[in-house]
Amino acid sequence: MSALGRVVRAGVGRKRVQTAVMVLTTLLSVAASVLALGLLVASQAPFDRAFARQHGAHLTAEFKGATAAQAAATATADGVTDTAGPYPVTTLRLAPTDMAGPGFAPPPLTVAGRASVRGDVDRVELTSGRWAKGNGEIVLESGTPFADRGTGWSVKSDGTELKVVGIATSVGASAGAWVTPAQLAALDDTPSYQMLYRLDHASSRADLKAARAAVTAAAPQGTVGGTQSYLDVKQAAEEATGAFIPFVTAFALLGLALSVLVISIVVSGAVSAAKRRIGILKSLGFTPPQVCRAYVAQALIPSAVGAVLGVALANVLAVPVMAEVAQAYKTGVMLIPVWVNVVVPLGALALVALTALGPALRAARLRTASVLGVGRAAESARGRSVRRLLGSLPLPRPVTLGLAGPFARPVRSVTMAGAVAFGTLAVVFAVGLSTTLFAIQRDGEPDEGGGQALVRTVRMMTGPPPGASDGPPPEPQGPADPAKVAAAIDAAGGTESYYRRGETEVRVAGLKDPVPVVAYGGDVSGAKHTMTEGRWFEADGEAVAASRFLLSTGAEIGDTVTLSDRDRSVRLRIVGEVFDLSEDGMAVRTTEASLSALKPEYEMTEFTVGLTDGTDVGAYTKKLDKVLEPLGAEAAVSETGKSSVLAAMQALIAILTLMLVTVACLGVLNTVVLDTRDRVRDLGVFKALGMTPRQTVTQVLTQVGVIGVLAGAIGVPLGVALHHYVMPAMGDAAGTRIPPSHIDAYGAGQLTLLALAGVAIAVTGALLPAGWAARTDTGNALRAE
Amino acid sequence: MTDVLIDVREARKEYDDGPPALDGLTLRVRTGEALAVLGPSGSGKSTLLNLIAGLDRPTSGTVTVDGRRIDELSESASARYRRERVGMVFQFFNLLDDLTVTDNVLLPAQLSGMGRAEAAARAAELLDYLGIARHARGYPGRLSGGERQRVAVARALMNRPPLLLADEPTGALDTASGVEVRELLRELNADGQTIVLVTHDLTLAESCATRTIELVDGRIARDVTAVAR
Repeated sequence: MSALGRVVRAGVGRKRVQTAVMVLTTLLSVAASVLALGLLVASQAPFDRAFARQHGAHLTAEFKGATAAQAAATATADGVTDTAGPYPVTTLRLAPTDMAGPGFAPPPLTVAGRASVRGDVDRVELTSGRWAKGNGEIVLESGTPFADRGTGWSVKSDGTELKVVGIATSVGASAGAWVTPAQLAALDDTPSYQMLYRLDHASSRADLKAARAAVTAAAPQGTVGGTQSYLDVKQAAEEATGAFIPFVTAFALLGLALSVLVISIVVSGAVSAAKRRIGILKSLGFTPPQVCRAYVAQALIPSAVGAVLGVALANVLAVPVMAEVAQAYKTGVMLIPVWVNVVVPLGALALVALTALGPALRAARLRTASVLGVGRAAESARGRSVRRLLGSLPLPRPVTLGLAGPFARPVRSVTMAGAVAFGTLAVVFAVGLSTTLFAIQRDGEPDEGGGQALVRTVRMMTGPPPGASDGPPPEPQGPADPAKVAAAIDAAGGTESYYRRGETEVRVAGLKDPVPVVAYGGDVSGAKHTMTEGRWFEADGEAVAASRFLLSTGAEIGDTVTLSDRDRSVRLRIVGEVFDLSEDGMAVRTTEASLSALKPEYEMTEFTVGLTDGTDVGAYTKKLDKVLEPLGAEAAVSETGKSSVLAAMQALIAILTLMLVTVACLGVLNTVVLDTRDRVRDLGVFKALGMTPRQTVTQVLTQVGVIGVLAGAIGVPLGVALHHYVMPAMGDAAGTRIPPSHIDAYGAGQLTLLALAGVAIAVTGALLPAGWAARTDTGNALRAE
Repeated sequence: MTDVLIDVREARKEYDDGPPALDGLTLRVRTGEALAVLGPSGSGKSTLLNLIAGLDRPTSGTVTVDGRRIDELSESASARYRRERVGMVFQFFNLLDDLTVTDNVLLPAQLSGMGRAEAAARAAELLDYLGIARHARGYPGRLSGGERQRVAVARALMNRPPLLLADEPTGALDTASGVEVRELLRELNADGQTIVLVTHDLTLAESCATRTIELVDGRIARDVTAVAR
């Protein structure tokens, strides 16, 4: 091994604390960065690739009451480059011919009449079977219910039976099924027409809004029934991972910033603590470039180890998240792309080398004679006046010495404060994220967690009762009569109020998929839910909708939307945007009476019950359940739903925060170790004068505690600001707006406590070296002149 | 002058390798004595001083100072012992350069919890007695070697310790400053202060010690009590 190699190896091996700090800090930043970039690439690539291959439609419009020629004329609208259509479309409820059972109502689907898969836009891909050639044949989109059955079976709608001859995918979600134009005409003699557009500018929602306006202007007034933007389809496809990206990216950037800071602290500290060693190396003939290389290598070797471990950790952490991506795109196992696993660690190591280069060059430029003469950092006169001032305070001397400590080496104190501030920022950010995610989990499902007791008209299937294992499984029962269930609830002691709820799916013009609509009856004031904007419905004809519904349809509060089912439709005025993550954020909620014109095929299946004060909910539900059992209904304690995505997010946040805080603590530890080394003689003097170990620890902890207080004061507002920036971005990525009350996650008391996180990080990081300082060998320390 | 202040019995101190620094050394120092410890480098002088100061423990044997077994004290108890019973003066002064002269002198009193007024009065008294009152608000870095050692002596005497330990107190001083410190130690001893000083300086030993021992290989090779100073 060369002399330089030996020097580097000795430097890495001898400075175990610094080495461990560099390994961990690089590990964290590389893990978070690989995860962030990997998720970004993995979540976008499948959609983008498929969209480009299929030449997907940027905008889909449906025309009601217009002729095919009038719809086709919109191809000349401003900004349109290519079109497909007009295709006749209708809405059908397609049920497999072999399915029957109580209460089964298949969802309505958009069925388009298309002669072939070819075209300039939306080149639908057949995944199995063939395209429909004649009457009595249908091709299902791969995402529709029952498509996983494959081909060769039949569906039925209003007496017409259609054989499934193919399964196809349309990444732009243009339709749920396709038949020949002739077959469509047979199914609906007054169809709507669908046009698919490619646009010259389609990168933003503003571009899509402009195109929508141009198409609407080019069509006869009032004939545009609805439009759909590819951005909404893309967002829905990417939402499983998309919501992870903003906060993982924030942690990645925090990790990188902390890495740069801590590595700078470590290498600078290593140089200043080893001036004598550098002098000796130079006196032995090491050239300045060799000294520089030695110190850069001392940073790069542990960082390389950290980078490799970071890549491994990121790939492990990505497994559950990538599983969501794979499920969304119906692909096999998905992994972080190899190039991400290579490029990110190399980039991080380049950053480490760049960070280490500054102090390494300083080491290279040190004058041999002076460093050999001094042997350690020269005494500084900085902070004398502050120390003098603090010395006059009526506080124990170890405390005043500690208070004055940060002023003796201001640059080192500032860098330590930076590390602690980053740690505090991470804690504040993580607490805010967790609080908001908890609130989202609690409030994200309007159908869960309301009232105190929940009554369902369909009794959940359970296993056979004990002792009845030999018998056949019980036959599924049909739903209980809602009127009888309501009567039982009315009769139960402790009932204060209740409302009932039922759900069905309807069509909204322009949207391929059916939209869930939830109807409420009874005392609906109890059903009020957290609103993002506007208010809860108060009268028949009013409705509230979730964010994605409003985004997808382009509707705003105050607008009227048309819900249709076969040849019936109702118009509802949107009075509020409800915070609702259920049903992919597409649900519309209104009163039972508002939907009566649709003559919906549904029943009120759930009753949410509020109890009078003092009623034991457990005893109430147990007693009511016994009454409901013969009816086929059941009662249970109302519970908030649990989201696996939110749970995965919270686990990831906890891991990333713990890692950041650990690195911040290690940054403090490293700095206090350096400080202890530099001040070993002073510590020896104090001990010789009778300073006890406890007083020494007090002095060191006071010193870092002051820095912790200041860093906490900086970290808290930055953490709050980061949370307020990232949280709405997460909501956007998930296709929802988050209510302001959920974004304002911090209370005054909580912020005060969080400010102490700075002190906690600083003190935790300093505890170990404070103990070492207290155990300094006084005899040797005093001879360290 | 008959009370035994320091009683070292069969003290042996071994380090990781090499011969023992102290090899069964036995020594008694009476109150009011000024003991000079001479010897070549590596003879065990500093080790003996460290044992008496409670900065180190013997591998075997006992060290008793003022009736207390120093070798059995915990870290905290030995810190309190140094604070109350021992003052230390070093070759390189070991003053804290970022504290003023007064603040350096006040340190032992502040660590032991002495009242502020009492401590200030005692510090002023010592600075005056040692002739450095004019430097009270100055910093050690601006003082001469002799003046710095006077500050170190003032700090050592702050808590009125019965024992003053001095490790090569003139080793880093020029001749004139060395004479100053010699005179100072002599005056202190004349006032009743017990002193143990480790030195290579024979003149210092002869001029201010009432007794001189010479260590060789961790043992007392010579023990001479001065007839008159």
